[in-house]
Amino acid sequence: MSPSQRVLDVVESLLESDGFPVPPSVRLCEAVTAALPVTGVALSLMVPTGSAGLVAATDDRARAIEELQFSLGVGPSLVASRSGRPVLEPDLARLTSARWPGFLPAVLDRGVRAVFAFPLQVGAIRVGVLDLYRDSPGDLPDEALADALDFADVATMLLLDLQGQNPDDPQLPDRLEAAVHRPEVHQATGMVMVQAQVGLQEAFLLLRARAYADNRSVLDVAIDVVGRRLRLDGEP
Amino acid sequence: MTREEQIAEALVELADTLVVDYDVVDFMHALVNRSTELLGGDAAGLILSDKRGQLQVMAASTHEVELLELFEVNNDAGPCLQCLRTGRPVMDIDAGPEVSESGTVAAQGGVEHGRDRLGEWPRFTAKRRAAGYRAVYALPLRLREEVIGALNLFSTSAIPLSERDLRLAQALADVATIGLLQERAIRERQVLAEQLQRALNTRIVIEQAKGVLAERTGLGMDQAFAAMRSYARSNHHRLTEVAERVIDNTLPVGELVH
Repeated sequence: MSPSQRVLDVVESLLESDGFPVPPSVRLCEAVTAALPVTGVALSLMVPTGSAGLVAATDDRARAIEELQFSLGVGPSLVASRSGRPVLEPDLARLTSARWPGFLPAVLDRGVRAVFAFPLQVGAIRVGVLDLYRDSPGDLPDEALADALDFADVATMLLLDLQGQNPDDPQLPDRLEAAVHRPEVHQATGMVMVQAQVGLQEAFLLLRARAYADNRSVLDVAIDVVGRRLRLDGEP
Repeated sequence: MTREEQIAEALVELADTLVVDYDVVDFMHALVNRSTELLGGDAAGLILSDKRGQLQVMAASTHEVELLELFEVNNDAGPCLQCLRTGRPVMDIDAGPEVSESGTVAAQGGVEHGRDRLGEWPRFTAKRRAAGYRAVYALPLRLREEVIGALNLFSTSAIPLSERDLRLAQALADVATIGLLQERAIRERQVLAEQLQRALNTRIVIEQAKGVLAERTGLGMDQAFAAMRSYARSNHHRLTEVAERVIDNTLPVGELVH
């Protein structure tokens, strides 16, 4: 299912900006807040060892909530990231206090009533989490949920870009499609991981970097890798 | 206000809570209060069965009713419990001093004694009398084959409910059922969305693992998949788990491919 126009417009605006003075990660958070029925958004990086860091947030409250989860080691974002599934809590006030001790009361105190945490991942590549907060209870309507999932994909690519240092990559819309919907891309990622003797995330970056360098789509490069016409073993 | 106006007002209120900013707790309290009002009872309560079959006292218009319902739940006996089990309306009403009539309520409003009567519940009856209630009616909250709870009406007078009132009471119980199932459906939709996303991501994990295994062994993608699936089955592991272990290299290739 292709992303809605709302999502495509956001991607467009991210590509048009040059990163100054507002970095794309912040712009994305702001755009998500504007496009969806939520009051705050935060984007965080999470590495497999468990440590995490806030990348961007729309406001101090969103920032504080993210950091609280990291320091307490409990919360919906952490569950989302570890389990690989979104954690949708439309009414925090109705949860029992045994859930997320320390975190839940603090978050309610700050006036947050709903949280929707989306893991940022490509299969076994776990990059981080996109958290949506709302100061009133209620679940995300179907359309908003679909958009949120697409925004999570955009955020995933953004975080991978930041790490791969490909800030000017114009292929974002392509990669949104290709990365998520074609098995060859993921199979190639696995193969490159072994060929280059690197981690899965780095293998994915190598694949994309090669596509960028050769001015081809990631899917085309992946098909060559799977067809054993191309090896990416990290050698120049 | 005429009775018709009262009924109309009650239905409007209940419908409102279902649609506008739906809140199941508000809804249950509105239902319990309106039932009392409309049926000339003195109090009402709502017992629900959660998804695992455990009973919860969800709402009660007075503290005494809450205690009575809790008593029933904790002792596993009483008209409300019988209603929940049979899916039929049940009553427990004083027919005279020290005498009560109890059992399933027949369509005409009379009490059916017979094979499906599970017996009286003397301790409950004594307690409700002590609380001043001379009659209890329990209406099932049911949708097709599922009985999800009971709406319980308590009265300080022993006048039986008329057939018309019984039908109205059941209609209110039916409204409650729809409202509550909507709440469950919403909750289930969330769980479904969460699980769907996990499943979609899991498929990617499997594709990544196929690539890793294919590169390590020289196998084609389909063969790599077959090897993982076969290993998962023979060893009673989940395929996702096997895929993850292939990726993080904690599963020796030799165990998958002979």
